Amino acid sequence: MAISPPSERIWWNQPVPRTELVWIIVAFLWGLVMFFMMIYWHAAGEQNLSNEAYRTTPQAFAQKAQEMAEAYTVREEADIPVVHPPPDSDVYLIARLWQWWPILELEKDKNYRLHISSLDWQHGFSLQPVNINLQIHPGYDMVLTVRPTETGEFSVVCNEFCGIGHHNMIGKMYVVE
Amino acid sequence: MTTQAEFRTCPTTGLQVHLSAERLIKANAVVAIVFLLIGGLFGLLVALTRWPAVHILPADWFYLALTAHGLDVLIVWIIFFEIAVLYFASAVLLNCRLATPRMGWLAFILMLVGAIIVNVAVLQGGSSVMFTSYVPMQAQPHFYLGIILFAVGALIGCFIFFGTLVIARAERTYEGSIPLVTFGALTAAIIAIFTIASGAIILIPTLLWSLGYVNYIDPLMYKTVWWAMGHSSQQINVSAHVAIWYAIAAMVLGAKPLSEKVSRTAFLFYILFLQLASAHHLLVEPGLSSEWKIFNTSYALYLAVLGSLIHGMTVPGSIEAAQRRRGLTNGMFEWLRKAPWDNPAFSGMFLSLVMFGFLGGISGVVMGTEQLNLIMHNTLYVPGHFHATVVAGTTLAFMAITYLLLPLIFRRELILKGWAKAQPYVFGIGVAGISLFMMGAGTLGVSRRHWDITFADAALTFDYPAAAFLMMGLNGIFAILAAVGGVMFLAVAVGTVFFGRRIGDTEAVEIAAPGVAKTIASYGSEEEIKIPGTVVLVAVFFIAFVLYYFVNWKYLSDVWPLS
Ligand code: HEM
Ligand SMILES: [Cu+2]
Ligand SMILES: [Cu+2]
Repeated sequence: MAISPPSERIWWNQPVPRTELVWIIVAFLWGLVMFFMMIYWHAAGEQNLSNEAYRTTPQAFAQKAQEMAEAYTVREEADIPVVHPPPDSDVYLIARLWQWWPILELEKDKNYRLHISSLDWQHGFSLQPVNINLQIHPGYDMVLTVRPTETGEFSVVCNEFCGIGHHNMIGKMYVVE
Repeated sequence: MTTQAEFRTCPTTGLQVHLSAERLIKANAVVAIVFLLIGGLFGLLVALTRWPAVHILPADWFYLALTAHGLDVLIVWIIFFEIAVLYFASAVLLNCRLATPRMGWLAFILMLVGAIIVNVAVLQGGSSVMFTSYVPMQAQPHFYLGIILFAVGALIGCFIFFGTLVIARAERTYEGSIPLVTFGALTAAIIAIFTIASGAIILIPTLLWSLGYVNYIDPLMYKTVWWAMGHSSQQINVSAHVAIWYAIAAMVLGAKPLSEKVSRTAFLFYILFLQLASAHHLLVEPGLSSEWKIFNTSYALYLAVLGSLIHGMTVPGSIEAAQRRRGLTNGMFEWLRKAPWDNPAFSGMFLSLVMFGFLGGISGVVMGTEQLNLIMHNTLYVPGHFHATVVAGTTLAFMAITYLLLPLIFRRELILKGWAKAQPYVFGIGVAGISLFMMGAGTLGVSRRHWDITFADAALTFDYPAAAFLMMGLNGIFAILAAVGGVMFLAVAVGTVFFGRRIGDTEAVEIAAPGVAKTIASYGSEEEIKIPGTVVLVAVFFIAFVLYYFVNWKYLSDVWPLS
């Protein structure tokens, strides 16, 4: 029994029952499939993180976002500038207690180099209802190229706990034609 | 030097039980259960708060309760119980005295004091940082100190376990190799050493930082090392509860592993590969390469997953073989239909096995896939997944073995037998519900650790789909069911400890299911027993796994292109 020492002292020489052997092989092959699926998606799939990131400081990052906002603000909403930067440009999104700043307005089917960083604690970028979720760290400028494929109004919910105002930390993003 | 160790002879198994070991097992198990009660209560409050129509706690209390819930159940309950399991699997199963019982009490006191300090820190309100305590958010220094003390105690417990194995070997208290269950416990203890070392590496500097002696801790580095502890500790739980599955199958049904070699190798895979899995928690983090993420998140080539997949067949397979050996050979599933479903040790164990595999295992592998994590990270899918692993899997298995420890170690006859029979089902259904509905809400994008998904006080707002609200309501209802199951467990366990009829020193108790012979003929690897029922169950599982895996790639492909 499993709670007493094996009855055959040389248990490692016992043959393995066929059913078990078959399952081990199937399970191992399935593991390989899952492993190579991730690599395959890097080659053939469209949803991959670039893993591009730079060290930054809150001041440096805030300044870049500020410059972008000064150049491309089109209106304001809830005291937050709505910024419409040109396609293919670098766009900046600040996470801070407890706000996403600014509101980005992007064009459908255009590429943007989106930079996100936090000015204080960790935050979670959760784009809804698309459901893209990223972890945002202070001190790291995370860069990814994103191409919105639908127009409309989207929300950025914070999904990493960031203190008592966490549930009020919600931002917006617009996608227009 | 040890004084003469005192033993009693167990009238049921004939094992020599070291009385000091027995006292330590009792103390650790009882404290574990008390913290399950406290932590479970916080869990219920959290679930009721997340039910938008009920929303019972104010925001600050919600985050406080969530921090306390995570710590008390994931860390305190589980690890106290695991220490009891380690002592049981070494001293009791090996017929041996426990190494240095005095140190065992020191370990116990350190853990208890640590747990109390953490709870005080959290309840004081200045440490609502969640059990993960990601920097730069800062808790009070005694929050970290409590966790460190607790870990030191647990580390001592592991060394006592190793010491006991050494003594048992030296004093020849058993013949041949250690039992499979002890081997599983050994796996857990080895992983625990790695885990606690990682914990020390990250928590000691964090404590110094909270005291002002260190001025910067890199948040990404913190997360990487923290999860080397956090994720490995989940593999401790898996090793421990798999060992318990084997133990219960053996004690109740006389089941013997189909192949010692295969089952032991599967445990070995845990030791060899799980350290990599810290990456599960870092898949959408900036600044880590995809090569690193893929290699680590898959434990090389899914080799630790392979270990679990093997146990997933060999545990039910060994049960089927034992049942067929008893003559339950009709059709595919007579062995399963006529299993002792009214024995809470067995039903708890089997539910734990099924739910851990189907709900926890599949969702874990899917969520731990590099790109798929994008559509799940930090949503409620994550707690949905781990309530299936650590509650339906580990906690339910621990509850199940408690039904055997009460008569064997506490020497008390169960009270409230009817409650005991129903308990695994009530708790199991409740936990299955919270797991599924949290996963469902997560798929709809609902954030974890979030007080208000209506965003009532926020400057901007967002409307989650109505289905998400429905899921949160159902989650609340099933949380109540799980809490009822938890209270039933406590009533039976604590009631039995204090009020159960004392079992006499020479009185044997009936642990095995009726009809299971006391001594089981030697069978297993050498004479192959056909296990067609298990093959069908495993096939169903595998198909579900493959389908669900690819469905999620389909979901991912609908998301905006990122590169
Ligand atoms: C009555 C039983 C339980 C109920 C109703 C329950 C419910 C919940 C709920 C609703 C959450 C919050 C999800 C969120 O807002 O992010 C949660 C979190 C959690 N639960 Fe449970 N739970 C129960 C038992 C357990 C047990 C026994 C364990 C561990 C063995 C456990 C481990 C955790 C952990 C680690 C978290 C995450 C805390 C965090 O995000 O910091 N739960 N639980
Ligand atoms: Cu935030
Ligand atoms: Cu937040």
